Amino acid sequence: MGKTLVEKIFESHRVDTPSEGTHVLRLDAVFCHEITTPIAINDLVSRGMDRVFDPSKIKAVIDHVTPAKDSKTAEQGKIMRDWARRHGIADFFDIGRNGVCHALFPEKGFARPGYTIIMGDSHTCTHGAFGAFAAGVGTTDLEVGILKGVCAFRTPKTMKIHITGTLREGVYAKDVILAVIGKIGVNGATNRVIEFTGEVVDSMTMDSRMTLSNMAVEAGATSGIVYPDMTTVEYLWQFIQDEYASKEEALKDYSRWVSDPDADYEEVVDIDVRTLEPMVTFGYKPDQVKPVREMEGTSVDQVYIGSCTNGRIEDLRVAADVLKGRKISDSVRGIVSPATPEIFRKAMDEGIIKVFMDSGFVVTNPTCGACLGMSNGVLAEGEVCASTTNRNFNGRMGKGGMVHLMSPATAAATAITGKIVNSGIFKG
Amino acid sequence: MKSFKGKVLFLDRSDINTDEIIPAKYLTEITKEALRPFLLEDLKMEGFDPGRDISGKAVIITRSNFGCGSSREHAPWALEVNGINLVIAEDFARIFRQNMYNCGMMALELPGETIDRLFREYAGKDVEIEADIEKGILAVRSGEASEEIPFSLEKFDRDLVASEGWVGFADSRY
Repeated sequence: MGKTLVEKIFESHRVDTPSEGTHVLRLDAVFCHEITTPIAINDLVSRGMDRVFDPSKIKAVIDHVTPAKDSKTAEQGKIMRDWARRHGIADFFDIGRNGVCHALFPEKGFARPGYTIIMGDSHTCTHGAFGAFAAGVGTTDLEVGILKGVCAFRTPKTMKIHITGTLREGVYAKDVILAVIGKIGVNGATNRVIEFTGEVVDSMTMDSRMTLSNMAVEAGATSGIVYPDMTTVEYLWQFIQDEYASKEEALKDYSRWVSDPDADYEEVVDIDVRTLEPMVTFGYKPDQVKPVREMEGTSVDQVYIGSCTNGRIEDLRVAADVLKGRKISDSVRGIVSPATPEIFRKAMDEGIIKVFMDSGFVVTNPTCGACLGMSNGVLAEGEVCASTTNRNFNGRMGKGGMVHLMSPATAAATAITGKIVNSGIFKG
Repeated sequence: MKSFKGKVLFLDRSDINTDEIIPAKYLTEITKEALRPFLLEDLKMEGFDPGRDISGKAVIITRSNFGCGSSREHAPWALEVNGINLVIAEDFARIFRQNMYNCGMMALELPGETIDRLFREYAGKDVEIEADIEKGILAVRSGEASEEIPFSLEKFDRDLVASEGWVGFADSRY
């Protein structure tokens, strides 16, 4: 019997099996942000164990609430800053260099094929788009990761989601992943790793693959993995060109990190996207999904474009294409948050920021803030937000608020009409 | 070892997420104790009133996929500072489940039919449960009625409960 990609990664990183079915893995990277890390730092300090296993493998950012909104968030930032300094963590991203962790860290080349990565953040599954085993963990796992460079996982099981067909115009990776979650449910991949395969995934950019992998956790998955290919190599080339003589050589090396043809999958789900329409969530669970067509006419108070799901340059380009030369509805507050400074800069250079501002959007600095109702766009009771983020949970963007998840194209079109609508009406 | 004994809070819904258990706006707290008043504040469930229903409870019995969503360990901490160290469900979201054991708490899985029966026979009543980890038995008492329900705990989970969490276990071993 062959092995799945995640079985190969486990095999190459296992340092202990404390009991049957539990594997302690050596970590290639530990990512940290200011919401879940400060308590780990304080706990290490109080135990007299204020150490880090390897400062070069720890990457840290202040991204959830930045700039600080009050004394408490200022304190969280301070704890991170002081800790990064005293341990010589060179890859620490503070104001001016900071962005949404799952957009920033890939952009810096920190996620690589075959890596093991943890972070105290459930959307760490995003980095699986590079053929890595990347998993969200809690603060205690993070704390041990920081201290010892290891983390324990149960035996991974893999679910393959094989996506075929061709996406129609106006349909994007976000629509695909919403359709997948709608099909398998919020508990459909719990304790499993999802492998996204098929011609649709093969032809996707890294930005789109990250959108897919990002929402794997909304189906309960530990990680959402895509096999590395030439698209991966091209994305990483600036960081790896000293390691390999050519891109072909890098690809040859990375091709270790795919599943064997006779690997054992717990489940295989085939998705044909030929007839897929733009999708949107209703209700309070991300598997409550229907075609935008069926939700048309639903009024919204706010449109948010950003986050680790859809705040990358490709997303901003798509939204700007819809918005160009148009104004958003008077009844809508439009907010766009480019996910990293580099994305922000590109969007400026390409004239995208101007399109957003001309249409009536406010452009905020890179931050996670609004997505989880912490800052920069919190909803009032009874308000509705059309959002490119990943969670529509009750209270997620503000107590008593309702969130409809959708693609950047649908969000931009919705901003113009003030009601949920397909982006197709603004084409041509 | 923590205590796994006391009155039961029944939460008759699947997919209760960690945003419902502790909303993100409280994640700016840097002590566990500060989370205490806000447990289950945003839980969307008919008839549930956190102010009335949580007090005095030490065990939660719920349905499936409890703790899905965000990785925040603030969810187990909010339970812990309210005196709840044991959650019993059909199954759990992976990160929440691991977070519970990493804190020396227990997330116990029972078959769906057992959970169904517990809801049928005991929900709405005054019920007490005590977990005996050595014997692998849950002792259930309600008025005159009592019963014992077997459970199994993986060795690693048992070790974490005994070491009161993963930091102690990992520090002695790696």
